[in-house]
Amino acid sequence: MSDQIKNEAAKSKDASEGKSSYCTFRVNDLLFGIEVSNVQEVIRHQPTTCVPLSSNLIGGLMNLRGQIVTALDLRNRFGFPPSDGESNHMNVVVRSSDGPISLLVDSIGDVAEVDDFDFESSPETLSDEIDELLDGVVKLDNELLLIINTENVIQIPETDSV
Amino acid sequence: MDDMKEIIDEFLVECYESLDQLDSDFVILEENPQDPDRLASIFRTVHTIKGASGFLAFPKLEKVAHVGENLLVPLRDGKLRLNGEMASSLLGMVDAIRSIVTNIEELGNEGSDSYDPLLVELERLLNEDAAQSVESSTDESDSVIAESSTEEDSDKTEEVESAENADSKEEASVEAENTQSQEEPETTDAETEAAVADAPVPEVASEEKAAPANAEAGNSSKSGKSISDSTIRIDVSLLDKLMNLVGELVLSRNQVLQYGEISNEPGFLAASQRLNHITSELQEGVMKTRMQPIRIAWNKLPRVVRDLSSSCGKSVEVVMEGADTELDKTILEAIKAPLTHIVRNSVDHGIESAEARKENGKSPVGTLKLRAFHEGGQVNIEISDDGGGIDPNRIRDKAVSKGLLTDSQAGKLDDRELVNLILLPGFSTAEKVTNVSGRGVGMDVVKTNIEGIGGSLDIQSEVGFGTTLRIKIPLTLAIVPALIVTSGDNQFAIPQVNLLELVRLSGDRIKEIEFIHDVPVYRLRGKLLPLVYLDEQLELRPARERDKFDETASIVVLQAEGKSFGLVVESVIDTQEIVVKPLGQHLKSIPTYAGATIMGDGQVALILDAVGLAQKGEFLNKCREPVIANSNQHDESLDTISQSLLIVESHENLRSAIRLSTVARLEECESTDIEESQQGKVMQYRGDIMPLIPLDMGYGSDASGQTNIVVYTKNGRNVGIVVGKIVDIVTTTESRIHDENRLIIQDRITEVIDLEQLVRQHHPELFNAENVEETQYV
Repeated sequence: MSDQIKNEAAKSKDASEGKSSYCTFRVNDLLFGIEVSNVQEVIRHQPTTCVPLSSNLIGGLMNLRGQIVTALDLRNRFGFPPSDGESNHMNVVVRSSDGPISLLVDSIGDVAEVDDFDFESSPETLSDEIDELLDGVVKLDNELLLIINTENVIQIPETDSV
Repeated sequence: MDDMKEIIDEFLVECYESLDQLDSDFVILEENPQDPDRLASIFRTVHTIKGASGFLAFPKLEKVAHVGENLLVPLRDGKLRLNGEMASSLLGMVDAIRSIVTNIEELGNEGSDSYDPLLVELERLLNEDAAQSVESSTDESDSVIAESSTEEDSDKTEEVESAENADSKEEASVEAENTQSQEEPETTDAETEAAVADAPVPEVASEEKAAPANAEAGNSSKSGKSISDSTIRIDVSLLDKLMNLVGELVLSRNQVLQYGEISNEPGFLAASQRLNHITSELQEGVMKTRMQPIRIAWNKLPRVVRDLSSSCGKSVEVVMEGADTELDKTILEAIKAPLTHIVRNSVDHGIESAEARKENGKSPVGTLKLRAFHEGGQVNIEISDDGGGIDPNRIRDKAVSKGLLTDSQAGKLDDRELVNLILLPGFSTAEKVTNVSGRGVGMDVVKTNIEGIGGSLDIQSEVGFGTTLRIKIPLTLAIVPALIVTSGDNQFAIPQVNLLELVRLSGDRIKEIEFIHDVPVYRLRGKLLPLVYLDEQLELRPARERDKFDETASIVVLQAEGKSFGLVVESVIDTQEIVVKPLGQHLKSIPTYAGATIMGDGQVALILDAVGLAQKGEFLNKCREPVIANSNQHDESLDTISQSLLIVESHENLRSAIRLSTVARLEECESTDIEESQQGKVMQYRGDIMPLIPLDMGYGSDASGQTNIVVYTKNGRNVGIVVGKIVDIVTTTESRIHDENRLIIQDRITEVIDLEQLVRQHHPELFNAENVEETQYV
């Protein structure tokens, strides 16, 4: 999977300037996208170790080939209700200055190559908390692709961190 | 002879590194010929080579480096401008050094080559250009280059031939030239361009690259590997990464071995065995790469001691023992500064002046002994001096005068505790502030630093005979032995450094956990051990109610900042060597965790931090440094002071409260232990006769047949107060007590008993002359 994304990333470089590639996934039935260059890899459900006393935004710790990676629960991050039943989260591992961080999502989609022309900043009516997490919206043919601001998503607000 | 060889080998390794440095410096210099930093760096490097070669008696090398250095001085100082001609000559000098160094390595001497033309050239450049003005015209120097380059060429060829006779040389040099030309930066400067285009430069490169190429090919015509090839510098982060991967390999190995147990395939079993052995060896090897002898941290200390002792007019000899003791590089780095500080302190404060030593009948030369050894998976480092030692009385006076503790508190401390007071912040006993130490910062910082890497610091001192500081640090930060425990469904690791002992309670013994109000305690060999439940601390479940026990409990007795407490966990699995990995930014701020590790099954487990847990349990602050904490209570307003009260019940079920701060111990005894004497009831207690006072009229026992005694200690004498039953410990504020010494606790009117007054009534002889002050408060 990760190789595929890398290839796509390489391709997107070659493609004309007006296009961007996003790794897409679903959380609470909404389609989200992260720029492929920010994504390190996508992996299947991994067992996580819960961290007592931590913020509820923390999904746990996982073992990524010997590296301990913090997983963030995107459902909680966006204020969605917890998934019903024992759903197996997928992991979108993104790069950060502090090493890789995994985002727990419901399911993984394709890599979408979209025209920058279809990109629009998110509407002002969105609440500040959510707006901060999004770079904007891409209007796909049949639905909207919400583009995540990776940097802001992995920053956990101070008040929540303990 | 061997010693000399070792020194020369080291020198050669250094030289090769310096030469590579010079090469890269010159390359950068071509981009910016006037870069003063670069020139200074080149000068320093050449100067170092010159110094060392003079020291090791390599006259030819020294001469070449010396002449080159002469030319570099005005260049560095900006008195001369570097031109192409100079650059070529200096590179010629670098080549000459390299060929001599190669000769030293291969032949054991400097070789028979003559470098006179080069020397003459360098000297000519120096004299000629010194006469010229700084701005020499570009045209002029260009023409000089053309002239000189032929000269250079012949020089070069000669050197190359003498130094290189390998078959693969040509091949390698072609390759090297290619890489070299790629590396050559584009430059517009006419002077440097000329120099680049000049034949010698690429050839220089070819020469240096050819040597490693030969070694790689395993060419036997040479006398084996070059010295510089036998050691390499590696980025520690790369080693860390290797370490991670090896850890992961170990896990995979474990999984494979598990399959081996259920498989009957002989081929697979053999292969998995081999994998097992290789993995273990690999793990050991990678671990070793990070280990370094402590000598590295010690090496600079003799110099520090020499300088310091001569400036204080003392003479001190440094003795080292166990300098080969190895420890992890990160730890080594972390202890360098504290070590220096301790050594400075020892020389400055510890060791007396030569005269004072003679008066005391000691040798005028003081001895500072550094000793390192492994013990119980830890490295012990001792720094001892045979100086005057630390006078506990002086420490006490100082501590009292600085207001760190009161007279009476200081009186309770033994000598060792007093000596260790110097580790408190803001403590310094130096009579005067010297430029070395005595500013009142220091030992506490040293202590913090050492504790920061999981170590501990202890001071022992004998007045007149010297002081010993003992540092205990873990071998490595990366891998520590740990106890694996469970709580709920989670596994946790507790570093064994913090671990004192394990107590397992099951069946009826579970009731030995007693509750003081809502706080669980356990009597560990007669002393109350505060308990915390791990799952409660981690908020995995609500706090347990009193008297509702689990079926079993394992108490992990931990130590944090000198105080012990019991951590109740569900079960203890076993001990394991764990690889400590830091937590990410989101979790770093939780003090309860020291990191995380990966268990054998690949799962992540959190590592608990004893100090963090104790702070979370909130009893660390209360019982920590009890002496000093109490001293503040005199000053603070009564309203804000919380008082812990021991609630006891008399035999008539009357409730009384005793200030916990006045209680020394709680004891239980059989009623038969109480004996009669003329002064009343007494009992044997700790090898002494302890008089007993009844709280009410009875000496009877409680329901279980035990007699409860509250022990009060005054001036080293114990007095036992017999109570009917010990009920609880509660916390209240001082202001509530002051209402006629009565208050309502747990819906019952409780009288606060002044233990001291009670004892005074019965045994006034204990209170002779002393401590009138204190009674006002208590």
